[in-house]
Amino acid sequence: MPEYQVLHEKARSFYPRYTRKAEAQHQTHYCPGCGHGVTHKLIARAIDELGIQDRVVLISPVGCSVFAYYYLDVGNVQVAHGRAPAAATAVKRSRPDSIVISYQGDGDLAAIGSAEILHAANRGEPVTVFFINNAIYGMTGGQMAPTTLIGQKSTTSPFGRSIWNEGYPLHVCEVLAALEAPVYLERVALGNSKQVMAAAKAVRRAIENQVRGLGFSLVEILSPCPTIWKKNPVEAQRWVREEMAKVYPLGVFRDRTKEAEPRPAPAPPPALGDLPRILEIGDGAGEALPPLPKDPFADHRIKIAGFGGQGVLMLGEVLAEAGLAAGLEVSWLPSYGPEMRSGTSNCHVRLSTRAIDSPLVAHPTLLLALNEPSLRKFSATVEPGGWILYNGDQLPADCARQDVHVAAIPFTRLADRVGDARAGNMVMLGALLEITGLLPEAHIDYALRRKVKSERWLELDRRALAAGREAARQGVTHAS
Amino acid sequence: MARQLIKGNEAIVKGAILAGCRAYYGYPITPASEIAEAAAFYMPQAGGVFLQAESEVAAVNMLFGAAAAGVRAMTASSGPGISLMQEGISYLAGAELPCVIADITRGGPGLGNIAPEQSDYHQVVKCGGHGGYRTIVLAPDSAQEMADLTMLAFELADRYRNPVMVMADGYIGQMMEPVEFPAEARPLPLHSWSTDGTPEHRSNLICSIELQPDDLERHIRKLEAKYQRAEREEVRAEHYRTDDAEIILVGYGIVARLLKSVVERGRALGMPLGLLRPITLYPFPVRELRRLSRQACCFVVVEMSTGQMVDDVRLAVEGRRPVEFYGRCGGNAPSAEEIFAFVERVAAHPAEALLEEVADA
Repeated sequence: MPEYQVLHEKARSFYPRYTRKAEAQHQTHYCPGCGHGVTHKLIARAIDELGIQDRVVLISPVGCSVFAYYYLDVGNVQVAHGRAPAAATAVKRSRPDSIVISYQGDGDLAAIGSAEILHAANRGEPVTVFFINNAIYGMTGGQMAPTTLIGQKSTTSPFGRSIWNEGYPLHVCEVLAALEAPVYLERVALGNSKQVMAAAKAVRRAIENQVRGLGFSLVEILSPCPTIWKKNPVEAQRWVREEMAKVYPLGVFRDRTKEAEPRPAPAPPPALGDLPRILEIGDGAGEALPPLPKDPFADHRIKIAGFGGQGVLMLGEVLAEAGLAAGLEVSWLPSYGPEMRSGTSNCHVRLSTRAIDSPLVAHPTLLLALNEPSLRKFSATVEPGGWILYNGDQLPADCARQDVHVAAIPFTRLADRVGDARAGNMVMLGALLEITGLLPEAHIDYALRRKVKSERWLELDRRALAAGREAARQGVTHAS
Repeated sequence: MARQLIKGNEAIVKGAILAGCRAYYGYPITPASEIAEAAAFYMPQAGGVFLQAESEVAAVNMLFGAAAAGVRAMTASSGPGISLMQEGISYLAGAELPCVIADITRGGPGLGNIAPEQSDYHQVVKCGGHGGYRTIVLAPDSAQEMADLTMLAFELADRYRNPVMVMADGYIGQMMEPVEFPAEARPLPLHSWSTDGTPEHRSNLICSIELQPDDLERHIRKLEAKYQRAEREEVRAEHYRTDDAEIILVGYGIVARLLKSVVERGRALGMPLGLLRPITLYPFPVRELRRLSRQACCFVVVEMSTGQMVDDVRLAVEGRRPVEFYGRCGGNAPSAEEIFAFVERVAAHPAEALLEEVADA
């Protein structure tokens, strides 16, 4: 029997022994008087009190507390410098029942990880962040932190932090308090026992908020670093109380714990068997269409070009969809990006009875030129014996070729008469089908129904197709 | 199951979800954005997480968190975004976390342009992050393979507990081709090594730190053994008319498609051309190339860059045969005609090329 009574025992959420140091497994690696050890204890105690040890995942940062996982007997993830809020976000999103705690120092959170903390807070991630502010980089040996006080010397501000060179100390709680989403933001200090008791309450509240399903909670802890500050622990605590707290006022910066609503739980996942339907890969397409009459070999290499907005890509998609429905091998390759939004747009379509080697069409058998620049750019590349369909009354004289067929039809103007100039692509398609017999009507109509969701447009496109066929039949073509 | 006409980028997402991926974190970039868009649409419906991150740096670290929690997770980006993710990929490999990262490559360096290029080979295949790690790299050449290889990527990622990259150029990402998907989704894997607070999982520390040199060396050797196993077991390459080929063309992605038409053109004229298409860029098909170097008189490597994979071909061939290079860059794809003209020039003077190499040596 011990001759003493245990009033405060070690928290159950701590490991019984700390293997960080082989020779002293009852000690942490933190220096005497360091605030990390105290904060760890407050966290472990809160976990005990809330009875959530089996749910906690702790995200350790880079800094002196990189080894937090040696002490807290919970799920442990150690991440890259500054990125703990990103990792915490993902753990919480995939495992909403986990209680996710991000533990970060001032370099980690307020310098290199400033984007991650800002956005996690702004998204209102329902995680808990403990932010240790000791105004210095401890682990790397005393360099300046974003929270270093003005005039404070460090190894990288040897003449003292200057507002002209390094700017002002960064006030994390004040910055985050400008955001809508955070539920709880408080700054506490470890400057004396009374402050530690207040910090214990804040730590517990920040974790409890998460247990209650509320949003983002952060506690900033002004914390002594006697070793780097070159002070004894008592002097270091005094410095926290008297110097740091002057620059970083203590208090609650946000408390919406009463009115905040828990984030809605995600919908239960669908059954695996339902996924093909959700992904639209089931046999829903299954419309019976007659296959093409057996052609021993067909290999259509089509280039479609025009201004953005003329429906160049759409025309190509309809051809490719219809070709696939007809049992052909198909490919569709667009010019993409900013080209889609201004200037010229083009796409390459191949329809073939054989496997398609290259989807790139350098020498088309069919060129569909919806404007003059496209005609000028590509007319010389058309295979001898191929076709050029041009959106105009006639080809400019200098684009004429004797070795290809040409159909010059004012497709856009015809579309305008049908009801909308934007259907010029479908007028052109109608003419193409009439002239070449490339694909049967039924397959084109099937493709249109797949691509065009608006009834009004589907009707318009059908009329445009008919107008194109009619124009081609009337012999507006000029075969050279 | 019916084949559907679908963009390569979209095929990646559908394949991923069928393979059990339930988390996507990413940042928009052309020409990879359709992957994020499709994930935003399908992932929540499939019971998964989609989140547009504040940066690629955040995205890759979200991937780290999701993988640590035992979820099959992926991201996608293009060159500049992949550069930003490199540190995170190193951490993922160090912590032995499986995940899939797609790189839909574009023109560089710097902002470059958004047209397709293959100049990410070095940063992806040789691993642009710090430390001695590798990522398995799969290189699809069709929309179908965008789906198939993404599904394979998740299997390999779990098998090796390592990030797996799917690298495709902008063309493969943007083009639409018929794709057939498997009829059934795979069940979600259980990861005994993942961490959470439960007593059975909380001893699973997820980290990449080993302070003692002996411990870190042991860890690196363990990773190395995994990579060596992958080199033995996971090499994939397509042989196209190589049986009797004397000139072996080597290319991946969209270039391999072009090279097939070059092979056909040459064969029609009686030239003995064949194509070796690496499907795994790491592990690289070294043995296949070495074997071909005994039958072929020379190799022609074609890339949409100034030449990056060509170094690996030269290493594999070990100087036994000349290795010629033809490349276009800046977002230009070579035409089959210009490649064929180059091959004809090489074919006309293979002996001289070989002699030159001997003389240099």
